[in-house]
Amino acid sequence: MVENNRWGNFFAHLVLIIGVALVVFPVYVAVIASTHPSGTFLRGVMPLLPGPNALENYRTVIFEGRSRAGTPPIGGMLWNSFIMAMAITIGKLSISIISAFAIVYFRFPFRIFFFWVIFLTLMLPVEVRIVPTFQVVANLGMLNSFAGLSIPLIASATATFLFRQFFMTVPEELMEAARVDGAGPMKFFKDILLPLSITNIAALFVIMFIYGWNQYLWPLLITTDPEYYTIVMGIQRMVTGGDSEPLWHLVMATVTLAALPPILVILFMQRLFVKGLTETEK
Amino acid sequence: MASIHIDNLHKVYAGGVQAVTGISLDVQDGEMIVLVGPSGCGKSTLLRMVAGLETISSGTLKIGDRVVNNLEPADRDIAMVFQNYALYPHMTVYNNLAYGLKNRKMPKAEIDRRVQEAATMLEIAPFLDRKPRNLSGGQRQRVAMGRALVREPAAFLFDEPLSNLDAKLRVQMRVEIKQLQRRLRTTSLYVTHDQLEALTLADRLVVLNGGMIEQVGTPMEVYNKPASLFVAGFIGSPAMNMISADYLREKGAVFPKSLPEGTDLIGIRPDELTLVPPTGDQLAVSGKLMLLEPAGAESHLYIHLEGSDQPVVMRVSGVPDMQDGQTVQMHAKVDALHPFSKATGRRTG
Repeated sequence: MVENNRWGNFFAHLVLIIGVALVVFPVYVAVIASTHPSGTFLRGVMPLLPGPNALENYRTVIFEGRSRAGTPPIGGMLWNSFIMAMAITIGKLSISIISAFAIVYFRFPFRIFFFWVIFLTLMLPVEVRIVPTFQVVANLGMLNSFAGLSIPLIASATATFLFRQFFMTVPEELMEAARVDGAGPMKFFKDILLPLSITNIAALFVIMFIYGWNQYLWPLLITTDPEYYTIVMGIQRMVTGGDSEPLWHLVMATVTLAALPPILVILFMQRLFVKGLTETEK
Repeated sequence: MASIHIDNLHKVYAGGVQAVTGISLDVQDGEMIVLVGPSGCGKSTLLRMVAGLETISSGTLKIGDRVVNNLEPADRDIAMVFQNYALYPHMTVYNNLAYGLKNRKMPKAEIDRRVQEAATMLEIAPFLDRKPRNLSGGQRQRVAMGRALVREPAAFLFDEPLSNLDAKLRVQMRVEIKQLQRRLRTTSLYVTHDQLEALTLADRLVVLNGGMIEQVGTPMEVYNKPASLFVAGFIGSPAMNMISADYLREKGAVFPKSLPEGTDLIGIRPDELTLVPPTGDQLAVSGKLMLLEPAGAESHLYIHLEGSDQPVVMRVSGVPDMQDGQTVQMHAKVDALHPFSKATGRRTG
């Protein structure tokens, strides 16, 4: 490593502090903004210190909503987002780990071809295929449903690809040892491959959960029933919906609350994947 | 316990590569057979076919009285020790040993009894709760052996189990494997590329080359009477010297009176060459000392024969008082010579 000199240390910390400040400042502003009364923003000066209305604002957002401004209480939206994100995450993980298992450990015709087809879909994000996908979902009658919200987003080339790469690094002798020990393919998958993949699963879980949680365009397109609104699109509706000025203090309170679940998921999963980074199990 | 009958086994890989060409071998019950040969000679492929990890292209494989050609590895009643141990990294040592037994639905008490017994035998009992990554190389090796042991299989298959260990540990584990096999009397097939390991471990030795058997025999048979030029060059270290008979005649060396018909190459082991002339019929030739290599208790002399590009290696005890460039007279008894035919590559008598 670099020698331990005082100026080096100083600059390293300076750069880190600037970086952190750049990232944290907007979040800080949002949190601060959520504690002020409604008039503050219209004056055009951003307060940088907490205001007196924190409790009231959060209570309004959570329990009452502002139906005039197009916002139901956010509990339902948070729940919808959670369901959607979990369905997408769990769906993606289970399907991709199984397909990676098939591609790496089984010899079947057109194996490589299928791998490349999966790989190609990496290049087609939701936005590109959104019109045909909408058509399909509409024809299947899945508009305004959790199935419609999550299923089209479940197929994941990224996770399949990552699991494949990981499986390829698992020594082949491990599979052979399991065969000699009387473990069939599914037993090998369950007893050996899954436990070895746990850190990968944890890391992907976090990424996929945030991906699902942050979905914006797709829920906006296929839900018209407020019962299925998700929190991210709810924020958008709060800003543009209604005839009055947007209620910035409430929007910011909603934003702050919407950011919490991903943070909780990271905190919870962190234990698993930090462990995976620091000790190799191979 | 069981014998293994290998009858005319072939392995052709998808690309058309012939890895094993018509190998037949009978392994007796309780015998330790070592398959030895250079890389790519088919020894590992043969072992993996016996294990059931490679399909058999043609031929018959019997373990005990059963033809096992199409059985899964788990159904063949064999246990295998892998080169890189192949321990399950997320399981404790105990579970590594117990996994195969659990898969066979063995009662818990019986599993526990066998694991404890194997752990005691291999001196890994204190580590049963540890994960493999917290063990040293030698301990992992023992766990890998333990996993084979607890199964009490009809045969052990070893695939170069010692090649990942350092030299000192390798010798120690070699001795232990030998003792263990003696004690359990389990039929064993052991693959190695190390001729010393092969000589020390084997009841019988199988030397493979190019997917075919060059020679089968006890270690001393193979060492004392190598059947072909290949075996002569592969078994023994330093390798056997090969001197052309014509060259010896031309140079006016002292030449033995009787050599078998068709002999045109003469092999002499480095330790069978002496500086002092023996009594009786002998071969004697002189050359110049190129290099003297002291190796502790013994020394290797590299001697240049005029007009020949291969130096002759000679092994003598101690360090002789000699100078580089000095003329050396070498002698060998006639019954220490190995006569070969260059054309067929086989021994002539």
